[in-house]
Parts: sequence; structure tokens; C-alpha cells
Amino acid sequence: MLTALSFYLLSAVAVAAAFMVVASRNPVHSVMYLILTFFSAAGLFILMGAEFLALLLVLVYVGAVAVLFLFVVMMLDVDFVELKQGFLSYLPIGAVVAIVLLLEMVLVGGAYVAGETQTVVERGQELSNLERFGAVLYTEYGGLFEAAGIVLLVAMIGAIVLTLREREGVRKQNAMDQMARTRKDGVELVDIEPGQGLG
Amino acid sequence: MLQTLSLFAPELLLAVSASLLLGFGFWGGKDRSGFARYYAIAMLVVFSLSSFVLGRPEGTAFEGALIVDGFSHYVKLILGLSAAAALLFSKSYFESEKLERYEYSVLTLYCVLGMSIMASANTLLSLYIGIEMQSLALYVMAAFNRDSLRASEAGLKYFVLGALSSGLLLYGASLIYGFTGSIEFSGIANAVNDSGTTPGIIAGMVFLLCGLAFKISAAPFHMWTPDVYEGAPTPVTGFFSAAPKFAAMALIARVLVGPFEGITESWQQVIIVISVLSMVVGALGALQQTNIKRLMAYSSIANMGYALVPLAAGTVAGVQGMLVFMSIYVISVIGIFALILQMRIRNGMVEQISDLAGLSTSNRGMAILMTMFMFSLMGIPPLLGFFGKLFAFLPAADAGLMPLVVIALVASVIGAFYYLRVIKTMWFDEERHEFVEAPQSLRYISLVSALLILPILLLPGISTGAQGLITLAAESLF
Repeated sequence: MLTALSFYLLSAVAVAAAFMVVASRNPVHSVMYLILTFFSAAGLFILMGAEFLALLLVLVYVGAVAVLFLFVVMMLDVDFVELKQGFLSYLPIGAVVAIVLLLEMVLVGGAYVAGETQTVVERGQELSNLERFGAVLYTEYGGLFEAAGIVLLVAMIGAIVLTLREREGVRKQNAMDQMARTRKDGVELVDIEPGQGLG
Repeated sequence: MLQTLSLFAPELLLAVSASLLLGFGFWGGKDRSGFARYYAIAMLVVFSLSSFVLGRPEGTAFEGALIVDGFSHYVKLILGLSAAAALLFSKSYFESEKLERYEYSVLTLYCVLGMSIMASANTLLSLYIGIEMQSLALYVMAAFNRDSLRASEAGLKYFVLGALSSGLLLYGASLIYGFTGSIEFSGIANAVNDSGTTPGIIAGMVFLLCGLAFKISAAPFHMWTPDVYEGAPTPVTGFFSAAPKFAAMALIARVLVGPFEGITESWQQVIIVISVLSMVVGALGALQQTNIKRLMAYSSIANMGYALVPLAAGTVAGVQGMLVFMSIYVISVIGIFALILQMRIRNGMVEQISDLAGLSTSNRGMAILMTMFMFSLMGIPPLLGFFGKLFAFLPAADAGLMPLVVIALVASVIGAFYYLRVIKTMWFDEERHEFVEAPQSLRYISLVSALLILPILLLPGISTGAQGLITLAAESLF
């Protein structure tokens, strides 16, 4: 009973918040609603017994991604008046698309409820999530794990290629040169006659 | 584990050599881009031939995540060679436009690695990782000329739309996983055979196909193609229109006849719709184009439509026809872009079709080669393009898809108009420019491609040896 209640509550909040992400006019509010959606989804994961995924969702998406979004949104100079004008003119076509998608999902969900499909296999209770992940991540999925690493490497190379500029004539600090300096290089002793100056 | 490594040796070679090249580029001092390019070309050639040298090992690697079979051998052969050719013809352009940097070669290697994972994908996970690795490298390559507004726009456009298509693909993959309980193609195939057509599986499959159709720029997911082709540096455009298209098409074939073999009549409709739309959009869209790169973009949309025609049949002969058609298309496109890269006047590159005016008097050899390629794309009989279309349309006709074949033929006739216009501009218009002398590598690439599309050289191969290779490749899927 309690499980069902929390499931419906969390799902309702998740759906409502997800709607507000696209509906709210202020991008900062959108990000806030996004965080709410992530939290509700994390709650749903916990209900399914996937506590590690729930924690990952909060750590990675709320902790890192959403905060990054927030920074980007606040840096952007968004013209709020213009945003409001665009929304209404896009509304009819957007609504049509949304209704179609909704109908499709109702159809899909209906099939699911009618019992025409099977659910994901239930996991055993003896091992925790983390142990389960650890058992397969570097063995069964080892190759794909490495491949995912290469994907990240490509993204990093791309970011550097597109943004790094080597400027000409920049004087950089070179620690080795500084340390290799001796007294002879740095100091020049000049014998100055009184009243003559250096000139 | 050792068996996995030996099966996966060509990809390991690519990954290791790309990483070594990255290190070399960073620490190797000045003037390293020339060496990097030749090293990458050598590695790509070794990669494409290695599975044949190693005696074509077959099996699954990484606990069934990747499959190595006759199909992946053949796809990797074409991928490696076309990427090597694209890398070779980028040399003169990058040097003259002052874009020469070693990262381009590194990105090409990683891109081919991603494409080869796509060709060997045996689970939804490896499919997605392969696609992302390839796409990320392509986004960066499109924007490689970062000081040019158009190239940056092309890269950004490609990136945003590519991210959207990845979203569609992932949504489809999650639906498929949810309704079949498996991410492995064999597991999905079993579930599909057991349960038949359920709305969830169909919805997932359609989303997955939409994501993949974006990668081959088939209509209605073609919007990015003309702008990206025009904005990206020309050698990058040449690369785009050859290897990635072939890899994505191979992946579509593998997905259709692998996990979804049991519901052929369901995906057949989707493929037919995408194919017809692509042929119509490609044929009609190209009519108004004046820029030769945009023309090639619409031409590639139309050609992807033709390549989907045999796949709609869902038979061994269909996959075979797709492979023959795509191989010939890749050869022609490499040749055409080697010719477009020779369109240089004293002030820089030109890319309008009208710039080709009077080419027959100023540079007869180039005009003859370009004419051959255009005739081949049209499908005029003595050239290989005709046989490509023949092998592509026959399986569909045999499978009873006559209306589709008729539409394809009509689209070919409409398409002939704009190819003929290029030929007319070259042979019958007043001369406009004198192109500067092209570097030898470009001339050799276009010459070799032109020789390859001459039937006298390849037809014996296609009818005997190479055909055997393609037949083996197609049969290994079923």
C-alpha cells in the first residue's frame, strides 16, 4: 500500500515537474524543475530496489549536470520578453506533436497493462546493487567500458581542437629556466664613479 | 580472452595507433601533421586488409557484445580504404587553407574505430557506443575550420541535430529493452519470435530506425545534410559522404535482419516510406542547386533512398544488392570529391557548378573524368553505376515490391537532369576560369576511382571473386 502510494506520488511529481521544465518561461526555473524531476526519478529507482542507480542519478545529474546547466543559463543573456512571444506561436504545432506522442505512449502503456509483454527479470536479493555492478562492469562489459572511455577521449580531443589557440609572442613562465638561473646570469656588478651616473 | 583479442585485433590496432599518434603529435615537435597523415593512412590500409590477412576469423568478442563475421570483414575493408583515400585527398586542401593539424588524422582513426564497432555491433549497447564514437569525431571534423563562420555553423547544426537523433535512438533502444528484456540482438530476436508484433517493440524499432536514418541522412531526417555538406571543409564533406554512410547503412542492415527478422512485414513499411521520401526529396531538391557540394548532398540523400530499396526486400539478395550499390557509390563519391578539390583558381577554392564552365577546353582530362562519374551516378549502362542500380533494384522487384522499384526508376530519371546539367556546363558553356594545376595525389585518386568504375576492370571481379565476398558477407547476416 505504502509502496503504491509513494510510486504514484513520485511519478506524479516527476511528470508535473518535467512538464514545468518546458512550460516555465524563466530558464532558471526550468533548471530547478529539472532537478525536481531527477529527484523524483531517483525515488522511483529506490522503489524498484536500484539504490545505487538512484544515488548515481542524484550525484551525477543533480550534483554536476544540473548545476552546470544553471551556470550556463545564468551566463546567457536571455531576453525574457522575446521568449514569451515565441511560446504562443509554437504552441499549436507543439501541442499536436505532444498529443500524438501521448497517444502513442498510452497505446504502449495499454499493451503493457494488458499483460501482452514481459517485464525485466527480477534480481536476486542476496547481493547489493554495487556488488552486482562490480561483478559485470569490468568483466562482461569490459570491452564496452574501454570503448566508452575512447568516446570520452574523442570528446576531449574535439573540445581542445576547437577551442585551444596558440598565440604568438606570449611570454610564458618557465619554472626550469627560473631555477637554472645562477647569480652570474641575474646580477651585474657595476663600478660607478661618484657623481658620474650610469649614462 | 585471447580469442577475443585475436578477433578484435584490427580494432585494437586502430585504437593503439590512434593513441600513439596523439602522443606523437603532442611531443613530436613541429611539422608533425604530414607524418601523422601518412602514418594514419598506412594504419587504415593495414586495418582494412588485416582481417583477410589473418584468415578471416569469425566469432563473438567481449561476451557477445561484438560479432566478427563475413559481413563485418567486408564492411571494414570498404571503410578502411575509403577513409584512407579521404585522408589522402585532404592533404593539399588543408595545406593551402592553413588548417593542417595532426588532430585531423587522429580523429579520422577514432572515427573509423567507431564505424567498425558499428559494423560489428551485436548488442544495443555496442551499437550506441559505436555511433557516438563515430559521430563525435564527425562533429569536430565538420567544424575543423573553426575560424570560418560557415564551418562552425555546420558543426553546431550537425551536433545539435545529431544529439536529437541520439535521443530518438536511445528512446527506441530503451523501449526495445523494456519489452524484450534483452539488449543482445539474439535475445531480442528470440523475444520477437516468441511474442510477435507488440506495440512496444514496434514503437521501439521505429524510434531506433529514425535515429539510424538520421545517420544516413535519409528523408525526413535529411535537413542537416545540405548545410553541413556546404559548410564543412571540402575534404571533410568527401569523407562524410563515403565511409560514415556505408557504416550506418551496414548497421541498418544488421539491425533489420538480426533482431527484427521475425517482424519483417512491420519494418518493411518503415523502410519503404523512408526510401521513397529520400528518393523524391533528393531528386527534386537538387534541381535548384548551384553549389556543387549542395548538389552532392542532395545526390547522397537520393542515393541513400536507392540503397534502402533492396533492403526493403529483406532477403539475402537484398543485403547483397545494398552492399554492391553502396560500394560503387563510395568509389564514385571519392572520385568526385577528388575532382571537386581540384577546382582551385588563383584566388582560392571555387565550388559553384558554373565555375566548371568550359572545362572541356581548359582541362579536358578532368572534364572526361567528371563526366564519367556523373554518368555512373545517373546509371548509364557501360559504367558500374548502372550495375549498382541493377543489383539494387532486382531483389526488390523479385520480392514483389514493384511500385517501389518504379518510383526508384522515376527518381533516377529526374535525378539524371541535374547530373546532365553539370556535364552540359562543362562541355557546352563558355570558359570561365583556368584552374591551377592540381597536386598529383588528387589526380591519382580521381583517376583510380574512374578506372574502378569502368566495368572492364571490376565487372569480372564482381561476377566472380568480389561477388563471392559480397555474397559471403550478405549470407553471414542470416
